[in-house]
Amino acid sequence: MNAVATYLDYNAGAPARPAVVEAMVAALSIGGNPSSVHRAGRLARRAIEEARDAVAALAGAEASEVIFTSGGTEANNLALQGAVLAGTARRLLVSAVEHDSVRAGAEGAGVAVAVIPVDREGVVDLEALDRLLGQGDGTALVSVMLANNETGVIQPVAEVARIARAHGALVHCDAVQAAGKTGLDFSSLDVDMMSLSAHKIGGPAGVGALVKRAGIELRPLSLGGGQEYGRRPGTENLAGIAGFGAAAKLAGEMPELAPLRDRIEREVLAAVPGARVFGAGAARLDNTSCLGLTDVKAETQVMAMDLAGVSIGAGAACSSGKVRPSPVLIAMGEDEATARSAIRISLGWATKVGDVDRFLAAYIEFAGRALAARSASRKEFNHG
Amino acid sequence: MADGTGETVAAESRPNIHLPIYLDYQATTPLDPRVLDAMMPYFTGKFGNPHSRSHSYGWEAEEAVEAAREEVAKLIGADPREVIFTSGATESNNLAIKGVALFNKDRRNEIVTVVTEHKCVLDTCRHLEQEGFKVTYLPVQQNGLIDLDDLRAAVTEKTVLVSVMAVNNEIGVVQPLAEIAKIAHEKGAYFHTDAAQGVGKIPLDVNAMGIDLMSISGHKVYGPKGIGALFVRRKPRVRLVAQMNGGGQERGMRSGTLSPALCVGIGEACRIAREEMTADNERIRHLAHKFYETVKAKLPDIYVNGDLEQRIPGNLNISFAYVEGESLIMGIKDLAVSSGSACTSASLEPSYVLRALGVEEELAHTSIRFGFGRFTTEAEIDYAADTIVKRVSKLREMSPLWEMVQEGIDIKSIQWADH
Repeated sequence: MNAVATYLDYNAGAPARPAVVEAMVAALSIGGNPSSVHRAGRLARRAIEEARDAVAALAGAEASEVIFTSGGTEANNLALQGAVLAGTARRLLVSAVEHDSVRAGAEGAGVAVAVIPVDREGVVDLEALDRLLGQGDGTALVSVMLANNETGVIQPVAEVARIARAHGALVHCDAVQAAGKTGLDFSSLDVDMMSLSAHKIGGPAGVGALVKRAGIELRPLSLGGGQEYGRRPGTENLAGIAGFGAAAKLAGEMPELAPLRDRIEREVLAAVPGARVFGAGAARLDNTSCLGLTDVKAETQVMAMDLAGVSIGAGAACSSGKVRPSPVLIAMGEDEATARSAIRISLGWATKVGDVDRFLAAYIEFAGRALAARSASRKEFNHG
Repeated sequence: MADGTGETVAAESRPNIHLPIYLDYQATTPLDPRVLDAMMPYFTGKFGNPHSRSHSYGWEAEEAVEAAREEVAKLIGADPREVIFTSGATESNNLAIKGVALFNKDRRNEIVTVVTEHKCVLDTCRHLEQEGFKVTYLPVQQNGLIDLDDLRAAVTEKTVLVSVMAVNNEIGVVQPLAEIAKIAHEKGAYFHTDAAQGVGKIPLDVNAMGIDLMSISGHKVYGPKGIGALFVRRKPRVRLVAQMNGGGQERGMRSGTLSPALCVGIGEACRIAREEMTADNERIRHLAHKFYETVKAKLPDIYVNGDLEQRIPGNLNISFAYVEGESLIMGIKDLAVSSGSACTSASLEPSYVLRALGVEEELAHTSIRFGFGRFTTEAEIDYAADTIVKRVSKLREMSPLWEMVQEGIDIKSIQWADH
């Protein structure tokens, strides 16, 4: 990896902040098992509880409401499957633009799953939500993300919660992408559960949290020790949790990203005929831009940028290399070819103006070549 | 929390000892500094999401994860494609047992395990009983080992899984894995072993031993906490139901973004274990032996729990008759030890493992688990033995029971008044 490489894929994973690394190294040297009662164990326990306080503060929740997990995927699975297994929820309603872990987690839960549609901008259809809630029997659990990982579109979660409450339903909110990028307040959103992930906020990969209101019964995914209030047994990821705490404390310290993002979109739209910005008409995170270049596959664009030393994303990172059109864009009513052309540029705490310059120069140059080649021989690119 | 009130044995005169001395290697092992060195680059520069296939940050992270997977596989004689990463042994045990049971539930619905398994295995089995599975909990002999005839009698054509731990976390005994596998396979059952305490401590070879699923923990082998692995045999293929769904990582068996740093950590820990296990064991065996011989020479009426031969060298669970275990632990604040499993250390109940061995409740209450490991020094052993001898002698001096025993009274013959 060369030192001047430009990283613009923060929604896949943000580089760890220096203070996070320090906290993790310190935690790794503690050595004890947080469940042991001797001094080494108590030091480990203290590090975990300090981190819990910091994560609770980031989420606008109480420390006792924070359950540490191995990441956002586990938090989402715990929320949905755990509620179903405990009998807390009898049916699930998830939006059409949720992360794979919510969609697949819901499908794996063994109860009926309804999909809440979104509009052309990717915002959940509240009337449809109201209608769907009225159509089934038994307590429903609604899962709507706070901000979308691919488009950055922010969902009206407080409204979702209000409608859900009117039907006696519970609400889970996947706030993995929103944390640190927009205000987060568990209590004012009035949701019952909220998922967080450390590596999206400058913390380490492999750790996350489910924030859960007291009194919401969940059955743990794994059974064993009494760690994490009995909801998530297993020896805690001490270093990861300490790193998460350090990242949570710094999550609000973010440069002004909206001007950088807006400049990317303005210049790309001006220089590249046929380029599009998805979700631009909705409220969005300041750091995310989802761009489409008709008929040029996302992988082609991403590879070209990588050769130019710029890392960006093609849809979600979790598709394990499988080339598929973005389900988020399909849900927004885009056709398959358009959904295959979407790339994601996401900025974060260490992004500088120079990164944006390098991306723009490389991308506009590439797009010019791609479009020229396409008009010369459309066939070639359709096979590419 | 108070640190206890015990005396300190002239620590100033032993400048090479750092107090408290860590003797709780079964609860967790200190991170090997070489593991930390290997992890460091992945905390800072190398921050790609290993599942981002489209750019070099992601590739580099993926390569590191795959190299780590290979190290884990090598240590247990597996193919890297048979190793999936998890958040730790608790998750591995849950995934293995529930996953295999649920996948095969229409075919076979019996499970055989042992009463001395780790709590997460027992809790998972109890849960499966509620789901309609029949679970047999085998007893153990006085030495902590299962009787293979009991196992033979318990495994039937309906048994889907036999789950027996490699090494017990409290008493360190090593179960006869190859023989267990053979008995399980004779009836067509899969064999899972919770090897959290065994990996890196005893030679393990999944093929030679016939193991179908094996749970591994990072932090028990001088690696980081928060990562583990599950070996899942490919030939013949063992299939299981995933507990966590999402992006389909880890061959669909365990979704979620992996931590490259943690993967690199467990990989490096396994590499070191593979290269140094023999030498480590030899040294640790010597230290444990010295500790035990020193203590035994000066204190009568002490008993090692669990078989003296079939055990890892780094564990001694000792009962000190006529001394209350909690008072002893409180009195030796210079030694970080425990009375049993860390997961239940807040509880004052006597250990279910010791009870399963037939250790009387009184004696079980006097037991302490000493764990020795890679970083234990001879000076620490000398100091610890000295501390234990002094403290136990002192507590016994204050014990009316001990006094009666010294006077030749058979305690068991006493008719205690109700109170």
